[in-house]
Amino acid sequence: MTVALETRGLCKNFGALAVARSIDFRLETGARHALIGPNGAGKTTLVNLITGRIAPSSGQVFIAGDDVTRLAEAQRVKRGLARTFQITTLFKGLSVLENVTMAVGERENTTANMWRAAGSRRAIVEEAYGLLERLGIAADAMRRVAELPYGRQRLAEIAMALALRPRVLLLDEPAAGVPSTESAVILDVVGALPDDIAVLIIEHDMELVFRFARRITVLVEGAILTEGTPAEIAADSRVREVYLGKSHGADHG
Amino acid sequence: MATPLHPIDQLGAWHRIRPLELLPWVLAVGYYFLPNSNLPLGTEILTWALFTLSLDLVLGYTGIVSLGHAAFFGIGAYAAGLVARWLGWTEPITALIFAGAVSGVAGVISGLIVLRTHGLTLLMLTMAVAVMLKELANKLGWLTGGADGLQGIVIDPIFGQFRFDMFGRTTYWYALAVLFLAWIVARRIVHSPFGRSLVGIRENATRMSAIGSPVMLRMVTVYAISAAMAGVAGALLAQTTRYVTVNVLSLEYSGDVLIMLVLGGMGRLYGAFAGSAVFLVLRDELSKLSPYYWSFGIGLLLVATVLFARGGLLGIVDTLWDRIKRWRA
Repeated sequence: MTVALETRGLCKNFGALAVARSIDFRLETGARHALIGPNGAGKTTLVNLITGRIAPSSGQVFIAGDDVTRLAEAQRVKRGLARTFQITTLFKGLSVLENVTMAVGERENTTANMWRAAGSRRAIVEEAYGLLERLGIAADAMRRVAELPYGRQRLAEIAMALALRPRVLLLDEPAAGVPSTESAVILDVVGALPDDIAVLIIEHDMELVFRFARRITVLVEGAILTEGTPAEIAADSRVREVYLGKSHGADHG
Repeated sequence: MATPLHPIDQLGAWHRIRPLELLPWVLAVGYYFLPNSNLPLGTEILTWALFTLSLDLVLGYTGIVSLGHAAFFGIGAYAAGLVARWLGWTEPITALIFAGAVSGVAGVISGLIVLRTHGLTLLMLTMAVAVMLKELANKLGWLTGGADGLQGIVIDPIFGQFRFDMFGRTTYWYALAVLFLAWIVARRIVHSPFGRSLVGIRENATRMSAIGSPVMLRMVTVYAISAAMAGVAGALLAQTTRYVTVNVLSLEYSGDVLIMLVLGGMGRLYGAFAGSAVFLVLRDELSKLSPYYWSFGIGLLLVATVLFARGGLLGIVDTLWDRIKRWRA
């Protein structure tokens, strides 16, 4: 197994507050990995450090063995890192098809072109439309994203991430705020992702996590508490303690 | 009703020119032949339409708010005026290109600095650039004529053939031709993948970065293109009026061009045409009624537009058109 993504000693401090404490984390090719932890554990911060939205105070990030710590967010995307956001982040005023076409076009490095008509590269638009079909939202292709129900906006965002043909896909609470009827669709989509993509999912819904993940990392107060298979995590008393809301670190050991 | 095109074909056909897009040009050519046409006013409208079009690229399409776009208009005006006045570079077309290039370079330099900021800071910085340039033009009175303006600009006949006559016939055609070429360029840009990425930045810059787009590079590029276009508009003003005042760099000009764009409608190319025409015709008519209070009427129209028609005048036309279509269906 090759390592698709790795962090070494990743730290982030906001003043005196340490939101990431020396995080060593790796994701192998084809991984189905979940990141869990109570609110404020620093899960989204870790994703932002990995993608380059925020710069670490110290430590390194590697994609497929290359040190990308100094690369900007967009450059890391070109190295094969794609993400969805906790709160849907799309071009709301544009159609669903245009949203995904934008991502395919960006991947193909066509967007520096100022002279050619945007829709004239048929292969790009066809690929985008194919992704919509795959995720079951092709009927909404020409609707503005803002008009879609939230669940389908989540799917559109996943379609955009897939359009980048990532080797690492980070999904930040893909089912949050989605009614259960629609979250099943999202689960199916996530479950059917190709095997050569390493997937990291942040999720609060434990049922979803245990169905999806082959490994689970538990993050508490900016540090990794433990990592293991779903069975190991379910049996871990420390994890249960954290989730039962007992004050962490007290009378224990 | 025809069956709607497949979404893939809709995107593929989206850049094709629609008959209505030729309307402004029919009107502009037709106006020339009207018996009582006011060609100097017409030329002024064409010049400001070009300036407004340049602002539409950065504000309407990319969402970069600028309160100092006159900086580039003024740089272009002075570039064309100064080379004609002091260097004897009186050939208009090459001087126009030169002025555009100078403004474009200024756009790159200031863009690299101001576009790192957002919101109010950006607004203030764009304004500060224009204010500083205006003070500079004022200080360099020996070169620019200072507050008296740059006078004695001589411009050769266009192609060595068409002299700038006193009725403003040549200037009208000249301005119309330049605007037409700029429109072709702007239209191609906004329909290109680059143009779509600008709209992506306007809609959601975070998402653009997350799909791997070099957002800063895209913004500086369009800022420079827009600056060059504004510079050409300024040069056009200098050449057609053969006079440049420090006003070309003023906050008033930056504000006027912004009002024209908002009035006409942002992010739709033709809003620039409608806004500049309505603004300048209204100003002309209102100042005949009252030389001091004409801006009141424009202010009123602007308030109404911002409150009730966020898409500007062309937005109103769109809404009406949709209603008629629905009513007929």
